[in-house]
Amino acid sequence: MSGKSILDKLWERHVITGTEGEPQLIYIDQHYIHEVTSPQAFQGLREAGRTVRRPDLTYGTTDHNVPTVDITTIRDMISKTQLDTLTRNVQDFGIDTALHGSSNQGIVHMVGPESGRTQPGKTIVCGDSHTATHGAFGAIAFGIGTSEVEHVFATQTLWQVKPKKMLVRFMGTPAPGIYAKDYILALIARYGVAAGTGYAVEYVGEAVDALSMEERMTICNMSIEFGAKMGLMNPDEKTYEYVRGRAHAPKDFEAAVADWRTLVSDEDAHYDRVIEIDVSTLAPMATWGTNPEMGVEYGQEFPAARDMNDERAYSYMDLHPGQKLEDIDLGYVFIGSCTNARLSDLVLAARYVQGKKVSDKLTAIVVPGSRPVKRAAEALGLDKIFKEAGFGWRDPGCSMCLGMNPDKVPAGVHCASTSNRNFEDRQGFGSRTHLCSPAMAAAAAIAGRFVDVRELAADLPELPGVDAARAVDETRKAVA
Amino acid sequence: MEKFTVFTATTVPLLNDNIDTDQLLPKQFLKLIDKKGFGKYLMYAWRYTDDKYTENPEFIFNRPEYRGARILITGDNFGSGSSREHAAWALEDYGFRVVIAGSFGDIHYNNELKNGMLPIVQPLEVRQALASLSPEDEVTVDLPAQKIISPVGTFDFEIDAEWKNKLVHGLDDIGITLQYEDLIAEYERNRPSYWVQEKEK
Repeated sequence: MSGKSILDKLWERHVITGTEGEPQLIYIDQHYIHEVTSPQAFQGLREAGRTVRRPDLTYGTTDHNVPTVDITTIRDMISKTQLDTLTRNVQDFGIDTALHGSSNQGIVHMVGPESGRTQPGKTIVCGDSHTATHGAFGAIAFGIGTSEVEHVFATQTLWQVKPKKMLVRFMGTPAPGIYAKDYILALIARYGVAAGTGYAVEYVGEAVDALSMEERMTICNMSIEFGAKMGLMNPDEKTYEYVRGRAHAPKDFEAAVADWRTLVSDEDAHYDRVIEIDVSTLAPMATWGTNPEMGVEYGQEFPAARDMNDERAYSYMDLHPGQKLEDIDLGYVFIGSCTNARLSDLVLAARYVQGKKVSDKLTAIVVPGSRPVKRAAEALGLDKIFKEAGFGWRDPGCSMCLGMNPDKVPAGVHCASTSNRNFEDRQGFGSRTHLCSPAMAAAAAIAGRFVDVRELAADLPELPGVDAARAVDETRKAVA
Repeated sequence: MEKFTVFTATTVPLLNDNIDTDQLLPKQFLKLIDKKGFGKYLMYAWRYTDDKYTENPEFIFNRPEYRGARILITGDNFGSGSSREHAAWALEDYGFRVVIAGSFGDIHYNNELKNGMLPIVQPLEVRQALASLSPEDEVTVDLPAQKIISPVGTFDFEIDAEWKNKLVHGLDDIGITLQYEDLIAEYERNRPSYWVQEKEK
């Protein structure tokens, strides 16, 4: 009899009824909502005369449509209608929300953890595929469609089939210049965008243990790009410390931690598939094509086209096999998104930027993920570093990750982006996205093309007065 | 939800892999707050040559002989990417009721089912055989029997029994779940005490 994994333990705790292997009714501890995927769900409730069962377990924000230059001026009337619709809906149904322009507003996968609502042991859902981000805390967290959003509103439950279990072990110590984003991009490049389909992916190993909570979120965030609806990690002292003292942390915190300590994988837990990656051998990663598995290490040539999918990608990107990352003619750099817009991402990027100037051949912007991150970054002086270098310093939101707001990469322009998807037209019609770490994006902004950040990382300057502890402290203080 | 039992229609093949939800329904249409009318925007960047809805005559959906197709034959990892149910609403509003793919993005698979559509997984050989059909050839999808009946053969498919039951009877998911109110309430009473709000005590 083998032991249980964290997924087994959490799943078992949340089943209300049903048999394993079939759809089971599971309880949802936390529901996050934003303006794009909720309006039709609220409408469905109204039409059926239903209400939100647990508004107290629901929390909203606005992110996808938010303008980042001047948040108060929304010229797109359709965007404004969608934002106003959320405001009306959350007021009608009594849901606490970081409304447009309010002090805690930001990307849903940022504001949830910042508020302390994201905790070990919870089931967390949101009408957004990057909900797996919250799995970094040792939670079952996954994205759902709008019909399921409505189902959670009405019942605080979902019918779900328990996924299969995959273990991904990141071993070793990375070279300077290699970051969490490189781990997950390397995993996806090696195993493909559908390898995780049907699985919950548990990330373990010394390289994961060594990461901060913010870096762990970057990895879990991109589980969906690996094909998995959920990714999760075992909670540890870093997890508890992140949650401790936040506004919505449990009042009896010690009781909670005592329980959470039991919610980790047993050593003899069984997995349906195991993958191991030695991070000490990784090079900086970036993508060349139109899905996240079309990625290469710095220095490696783009591969031969194997099929019609590759041919279409090369044609769309206007690149060809045999080229390298350094050959890409970049015109844009975007540092932001729910993958890499946390304070530590901005601190890291700032270290590559400090005292330098953005190449005059490209446009570069930094979009902090939330108002608390923006305030904390400004308290540390990061805004000055970016602005003096020539970066745009924006208001928080999803921004150029998907270009639902006015921030778009122009047609035909190549963009080094810290976001999560390089799909055709994702960042703007005809945009050409290259996914990479904040370090690679920041260094590329200065050089005007991709460079090997390992060569810069060795003597990267510290920012005066900015250490990891101070940074965490600043984000905590910045949550109103 | 509309019942799904036995469905007969013509097919259209689009065998590209990894057709993601950004392709199915681009972000500029996610701003709409209704469920209706998304069909016009399905595969927008592939179907049109400009922003005035000028059709690209090369794209297979636009060819006259495929206009009536209501079964889509496609590649691996269909509907990967975002959770946007708008992609399923667009497929359904365009006219598709069945999508036969090598695999599906997990969230999109559920989204199709929630809208009375039937996502079916088939191996490449079967999809290639179906893709060789003429535009006028009809294919019957028999959900109760779990069979695809076509001029190039009859193929079995898998579907979860619960989902099948809901589709065949057109059941409202929320209505069913609300019958479990007693169990949900009991579960709530037993949640960890450190999560119970003051007002609940």
